Amino acid sequence: MPLSDPGAAGPDSARLRPTDSYREYRPMKAPKDFWTGAIYLVIGLVGFAVARDYRLGTATHMGPGYFPAVLTGLLALVGLISVVRAFVVEGAPIGTLALKPLASVVGAILVFGLAIVPLGGAVAMLLTVLVAATASRQFRLAPLPLAGAAGLVATCCLVFIQMLNVPIPLVGPWLRPLLPNF
Amino acid sequence: MDVIANLGLGLQVALDPTNLLYCLLGVLLGTAIGVLPGLGPVPTIAMLLPLTYGLAPDSALIMLAGIFYGAQYGGSTTAILVNLPGESSSVVTALDGYRMARAGHAGRALATAAISSFVAGTIATVVIAIAAPLLAGAALAFGPADYFSLMVLGLIASVVLASGSLLHAIGMILLGLILGVVGTDINSGIARFTFEVPQLADGIDFVVIAMGLFGIGEIVANLEDETSRSAIMPKVKNLFPTRDDLRRIIGPTLRGTAMGSVLGILPGGGAVLSSFSAYALEKRVSKNSAQFGKGAIEGVAAPEAANNAGAQTSFIPMLTLGIPSNPVMALMIGALMIQGIQPGPSVMVQQPALFWGLIASMWCGNLMLVILNLPLVGLWVKMISIPYRYMFPAIVLFSVIGVFTLSNSTFHVYLLAGFGILGYVFKKLDAEPAPLLLALILGPMMEEELRRAMMLSKGDPMVFVSRPISATMLAVAVVLLALMIAPALRKKRESAFQEDS
Repeated sequence: MPLSDPGAAGPDSARLRPTDSYREYRPMKAPKDFWTGAIYLVIGLVGFAVARDYRLGTATHMGPGYFPAVLTGLLALVGLISVVRAFVVEGAPIGTLALKPLASVVGAILVFGLAIVPLGGAVAMLLTVLVAATASRQFRLAPLPLAGAAGLVATCCLVFIQMLNVPIPLVGPWLRPLLPNF
Repeated sequence: MDVIANLGLGLQVALDPTNLLYCLLGVLLGTAIGVLPGLGPVPTIAMLLPLTYGLAPDSALIMLAGIFYGAQYGGSTTAILVNLPGESSSVVTALDGYRMARAGHAGRALATAAISSFVAGTIATVVIAIAAPLLAGAALAFGPADYFSLMVLGLIASVVLASGSLLHAIGMILLGLILGVVGTDINSGIARFTFEVPQLADGIDFVVIAMGLFGIGEIVANLEDETSRSAIMPKVKNLFPTRDDLRRIIGPTLRGTAMGSVLGILPGGGAVLSSFSAYALEKRVSKNSAQFGKGAIEGVAAPEAANNAGAQTSFIPMLTLGIPSNPVMALMIGALMIQGIQPGPSVMVQQPALFWGLIASMWCGNLMLVILNLPLVGLWVKMISIPYRYMFPAIVLFSVIGVFTLSNSTFHVYLLAGFGILGYVFKKLDAEPAPLLLALILGPMMEEELRRAMMLSKGDPMVFVSRPISATMLAVAVVLLALMIAPALRKKRESAFQEDS
């Protein structure tokens, strides 16, 4: 479990909380409760609005809208309670978001999605590994880790494409003119 | 004598060379990934699930079960050697196990963990063989209302697993149920919450959600704090416990097994609660209790026995009622459904070979773990010392390949990115997503049972309290809720008092 620095609060809670000596003027006391509640509230309300288009039916013959309407309504209620509670009960601050690792890891996933069809399995996998690796602060392009990445991709190509017959083309249509033999 | 005949049938299936091979493969893969810190059994199983799609149902389930207890076993190895519990159920093992390793007794601690796990696994196999048919028989009397209430109980109990606030855990349950609604409604054919995206017509695949919330979110959280792990690995020698050790671990192992077997069956129990309770119990009853936390061998044996027994008996409600008691079992139910098997009391009758084969394979797998892992411990030590920065790109890669192979569509890959972000946000907000996964699996079943129950009762909601089984389930759920609220209330009062003074 990474230890978050208690002093390093998110930008929003910092704005709402000028200094610690003015604790009683701080309206929002539990940012974790607030944001969790906000997520629930938004999903609940949007879901409820969408679910209104489905036929509700009666208790005896429930329509497709009955279950979702009850659930989204309850979720919005839970979210609302949590948001209100955030102004009443004390809570721990949210630690800093690790945006760089998040962007790298999510970027790696997106790159795979974008590259897999046009570029094919081998290149898409290699790009994914390289983009993901930039999430580490110690990332640098050195021969040994690069060789490791290439080995990993080769193994995955062998296991998934050759052995398990996952229908991923090894070389995508964009690269086929360059490698006519594959 | 049915038990023996059934176990005989099971052994026949489990000892089939193909299944034996998949059991071995599962156990090895599970242990290998389990020893890596920061990757628990849920993302491990989600990641490796696609490997089993092409297998026969019995082989697939045997392999997945092997991954599960292999991962658990690997987690203990890491907990003992480097004080980094690979997963939450081995947190307690680290307390005394790591102290033993520091004192030069790593070998004895590992052997104790292996032996007590094996004994617990053997006993738990028999417990399953006896208890499962009884429970499945009782479940045949269940009507739709009873099932609905049972699922409510299961979900409420899963809140026990969630750390943090009760309110947020209930929110997670609701969110999981809502995510379960996404897709085409089986009764009316209407597409719900699909936002006109054709790929969502079949619903959101639970593998994507499990991998995103548990796997990707976890990876990012691990990368926040990249302080390098202690490279000092204790030397593992003397893998054989002394006669005195064996004498000392018999009692804790048996008590841990009993504790784990009972808690594992309960919804929300499972391996984590078992190991904590067994440790607490042992600390109270042991003659050696002063040594606990300082390297007591009893403090390794009891939680290890309990978490293995609990892990195995948590299969009972999954196999007999179709109700997952923890996120791993939720994944197992998903795996069964992928194989075209609807989990529930009928599995035992309609698929006896699958049912008993799986149970017998657990015992075989546990035996393999003992035989293989002690000699392989050098390899695991090497794996633990691989820096995380080399590990996680591979995990990301396996995850995307796994998700892509679900239906060979990039849509699932993008969805994984979305749930990965959500998983990290939940992590930062201390919102534990385990209840979400259970609710996601139970959601469609709950809606169906609710519809049926209300149709049978002609819209009278009293059916849930007038039927004795259903009423009992709901009463237990209410008591659980009350128990969980009570200490929270007390704490709140205490903090209020402190502010006054």
